[in-house]
Amino acid sequence: MKISHDWLLAFVPHALTPQAVGELLSDHTVTLDGIAPLRADLVPFVVARVVASEKIPETKLSFNKVDDGSGTLLEVVCGAPNVTVGALYPFARTGTVMPAGPTIEKRKIRGFTSNGMLCSARELGLGDDHEGILALSVDVPPGTPLLSAMPIGDTQLDLDVLPNRPDLLSHRGVARELSALTGVMMQTPIELQGTATIPLATTGKPSATAHGVRVTVEDPAGAPHYIAVVIRGVKMDASPDWLKQRMESVGSRSISNVVDATNYVLHALGQPVHAFDLAKLSQHAIVVRKAKAGETLVTLDGVARTLEPWMTIIADGERATALAGVMGGQASQVTDATTDILLEIAHFAPRDVRKVRRALGLSTDASYRFERGVDGGSTDEIATLAARLIVAVAGGTIESVLDVGAPPPSAAAVRLRPTRVDHLLGAHVAEEEIERLLSTVGFMVEPGADRAYSVMPPTWRHDVSHEVDLVEEIARLRGYDALPDELRPYRIGTVPDDPLHIAGRRVRDALVAAGLAETRPMPFTKGDGTPHARVANPLAEDEPYLRKSLLDTLARRAEYNLNQHEGNVRLFEIGSAFIPDGEGLPREEVRVAALVMGARRPAHFTEPKPPAFDAWDAKALAETIVRAAFPAAKARLEAGENGALWSVHSVERAPELGTEGPPAEDGSFDMTLVVRVRLVGMVRAVVLDAPVWASPAFGVEITLGELSAAAVAPPGKHDYADADESTPPHFVKFAPLPTTPAAEFDLALIVPNEMSAESVERVMKEASGQMLERLELFDEFRGAGIPDGKRSLAWRLTFRHPERTLRDKEIDGRRSQLLKTLEKELGVVPRTA
Amino acid sequence: MTLDEFKRACEQLAADGPALIAAVGDLVAWGELRNSLVGRTGGRLTDIMSALGSLPKEDRRAAGQLANATKVAIEELLETRRAELAGAAKTVAIGDPSMPARQNWRGSVHPVSLVIDEISEIFRELGFSIALGPEAETEWYNFLSLNFPADHPAMELHDTLYLEGGGLLRTHTSPVQIRTLQKYPPPIRILAPGNVYRRDFFDATHSPMFAQIEGLAVDEGISFADLKATLTHFARRFYGASRRTRFRPSFFPFTEPSAEMDVEVDLGDGRGVRWIEIMGCGLVHPAALENAGVDSEKFTGWAFGMGPGRIAQSRYGIPDCRVLFDSDVRFLEQFAR
Repeated sequence: MKISHDWLLAFVPHALTPQAVGELLSDHTVTLDGIAPLRADLVPFVVARVVASEKIPETKLSFNKVDDGSGTLLEVVCGAPNVTVGALYPFARTGTVMPAGPTIEKRKIRGFTSNGMLCSARELGLGDDHEGILALSVDVPPGTPLLSAMPIGDTQLDLDVLPNRPDLLSHRGVARELSALTGVMMQTPIELQGTATIPLATTGKPSATAHGVRVTVEDPAGAPHYIAVVIRGVKMDASPDWLKQRMESVGSRSISNVVDATNYVLHALGQPVHAFDLAKLSQHAIVVRKAKAGETLVTLDGVARTLEPWMTIIADGERATALAGVMGGQASQVTDATTDILLEIAHFAPRDVRKVRRALGLSTDASYRFERGVDGGSTDEIATLAARLIVAVAGGTIESVLDVGAPPPSAAAVRLRPTRVDHLLGAHVAEEEIERLLSTVGFMVEPGADRAYSVMPPTWRHDVSHEVDLVEEIARLRGYDALPDELRPYRIGTVPDDPLHIAGRRVRDALVAAGLAETRPMPFTKGDGTPHARVANPLAEDEPYLRKSLLDTLARRAEYNLNQHEGNVRLFEIGSAFIPDGEGLPREEVRVAALVMGARRPAHFTEPKPPAFDAWDAKALAETIVRAAFPAAKARLEAGENGALWSVHSVERAPELGTEGPPAEDGSFDMTLVVRVRLVGMVRAVVLDAPVWASPAFGVEITLGELSAAAVAPPGKHDYADADESTPPHFVKFAPLPTTPAAEFDLALIVPNEMSAESVERVMKEASGQMLERLELFDEFRGAGIPDGKRSLAWRLTFRHPERTLRDKEIDGRRSQLLKTLEKELGVVPRTA
Repeated sequence: MTLDEFKRACEQLAADGPALIAAVGDLVAWGELRNSLVGRTGGRLTDIMSALGSLPKEDRRAAGQLANATKVAIEELLETRRAELAGAAKTVAIGDPSMPARQNWRGSVHPVSLVIDEISEIFRELGFSIALGPEAETEWYNFLSLNFPADHPAMELHDTLYLEGGGLLRTHTSPVQIRTLQKYPPPIRILAPGNVYRRDFFDATHSPMFAQIEGLAVDEGISFADLKATLTHFARRFYGASRRTRFRPSFFPFTEPSAEMDVEVDLGDGRGVRWIEIMGCGLVHPAALENAGVDSEKFTGWAFGMGPGRIAQSRYGIPDCRVLFDSDVRFLEQFAR
């Protein structure tokens, strides 16, 4: 909202600088977004003092030494007759652009160098005086910017008016606040003190007629109150200078006296006003009604619009001629030939205006204010002020006032307990203070029942309907900074950390330790033809879908890096995947995905070409993630499906499932305990649109859990007691440290390709018994000496007896026993040298 | 064996020993040599000594002495050599000490996450826990429950991305307030970090997705003074103990009174000390409490929301927000640990 400082002064004759006004409003009412002098073209000019001056012979010129505050005296040639040593003048340094266009440059004149220009009033656009340079009667040091040395021109305040305060969308509204904050009384600006005679209003519901002009409101819901003022004999012309300046001060273009006057009322008082050319209104009639199906209207912007039957429009005796509260029509607009006008001052329903504005994509100063709510209580007053202003700037006589409908009923009084004020603000506010503060901004404060006040908001405040709204008024008018801020004891909360947050943090720490970089990309994707959740109104049509896989997002991010010629990419993300789920919201899963490609380690002089990441690194990442995310579980990776290298399962004890159930296949658990196996993710090679030099990419994606679905719990029923403990505590079980030496041997076996290492290990574990401490698969070999379709796998087995040293004979015995079992059960034989 | 033969065998051993011992280069070879010289099974000296019994009785004494002297001499040499080798093993030659260390890749936490962590740490000291909520939300949680009037310009403060088939992408983390109040009874002290969405073009200062962190405290007797005190404490912990702060009026449908909080800081961008807006806050609107099933006469609360992305940009001097989303490893590695 652009507010002119001068215009504000016309309502409240305060003595503050524009900056101080902005700060006061920011502290108590509305944020100042910016402040700009309207004469921004004068920003580069400074105040300078002439310290020496001598005539240049045979010319009108003088050669002067000028102090511009820079520390060096400048030599300046001047043609003005009135150069006075010791006086201050506006000064343009070299490089300054003059308001008229030219740039001041260093020049030679008659052999003298001139470094800048002492300026006249006309050269600065400050009047017509060019008899000499402009002597300044200010007391500032040389070098002071001209604009801060003296008031020149108006200043525009840019206020960030939020939707709750439409009353601040006018100079009078802002002035009311300023008056309350400074204690300076409001006044009526001189330009609104017109005295043209206003005839008695002709009222009616739903129609009024006077002097052959008829106003009918067929849609009172859309237009509860409609005032038409008929003014005859106006003379269309350019606006007077003061009105042009007002328009300029809020960034509006001056159009004509009548149109500018209506815009003046909008910016000064916040009420949109429209002037129709009475002669162009068929049958001299105004009919406020719903549009007819297929009806069309060319609006002031020259666009032909097809109207919908739900839109409120202004019609004349025949056809639509304006969009109610949004924009007038071209056919009935005032022109140079206009002599009689019908001025509309109305109250249109905010929601209807909003709907039309949105449907037509047509936002105007009028629609902006009607949508947020205008002051329905001042329509009559504004009709009078507007009519008189028109007569003052365009002449004519006011023939009639047609007043149809009625102002909206006044809002209900709001109950305010002084005890509640203290309670909410944490500070005592005296009752007299409450009464005083509220009345400064127009509230009527009356004593009510039960030691409470009954407070009537002013008609322009639609945002005050609850007790807390009044508490806010008291707090802001006092100043938030005046309220106490002492840290006080508090009760601890009932809410535990979300388990997904805990799991996410552990996973993040583990992956950062593994050398990966966290990233936070956006979840939009271009889709792949399968069902996806879709944004209904995307800004960019190329990526309208929500991803189902985080790894796909990371793949696109990896490609981005490849485009930057960066082939070592190690990224991970913890974020949401959106799984389409029938009609409603997508099912949202929090997942972690990691992608690695390029060198496994940075190059070092001991290893100039480190190996590239491969599938086994990705498998390790999957295990790392499962360990971090599900501390009570073990990872189990099985052959993947649908192109995945592995599917990832978490396996955990599930004593709550009872003792029945499938036996655990993972040997690391007590086989008598039931385990729960969950598919949590997969590992896959990631296909990229990659240049030839790029290494292959591998990725992991694992689901940490689901975010609770968006179902509304019954009011007042807290279900936290039944909260699912999705991460039961997991503690390490201490194993006593060994006191006896271990014994170990290696075993190389010829294993068919199709037989899994895991199945061989299972037999080895069973056959070795409890003294087998560790089993490490350390070599795989195919080739010379190994039959086709087979491979050599080598394990190192470590045995330990808890109480004594194992004898060589015992170990040899176990070895041959093991080989026998392996041959019998799997047909696997040792590799011979 | 005769005494002469015995003597020759001992002398031969005494003559071979020093050269053999001097020749071994490491402790493993030394162990093997020791076994071959004086080992209990198969050692040369042990073999010689085993012949002692076959000598004439009168020679045995002299032969025994000779064998023993040989053994002592050999073992002495062996021990000296062992000590030499062990000493050498302790000293590692590294040549040029300025050569670089062997590195592993260093991982990194995203700068926005770093800011969220830092904010969370401070509020954790004040008893706050972390709550999460979905990014795909219902209109009720995102707007209606939070006292946004239906079809009102207040909605335009949030340019919303709607989902086909109903629902929307949450425009703020405030729905987590309602979800938490529905699930848990007061006292409530939570932080809700997460991603939120607005229908904005992706440029240097806007992105359709960005991070937000929400705070909520609800209990009996909570007042504006608590809000001011807690957030002022936070700002001083986060920006520095001597920072000035201020609160200004603002508007959010779900808080009343509503405020913006500013802090006076020098961001190191050459523009000097100035006020910057760091968060929106306010007392929780009674309508929001009631919509979540909380008695608003008995309980009151305060809430805040701030943007870790913007804070990260100012804190780390990032002029263009797009780099926060691009996932350029050259950017992320700057935050390596």
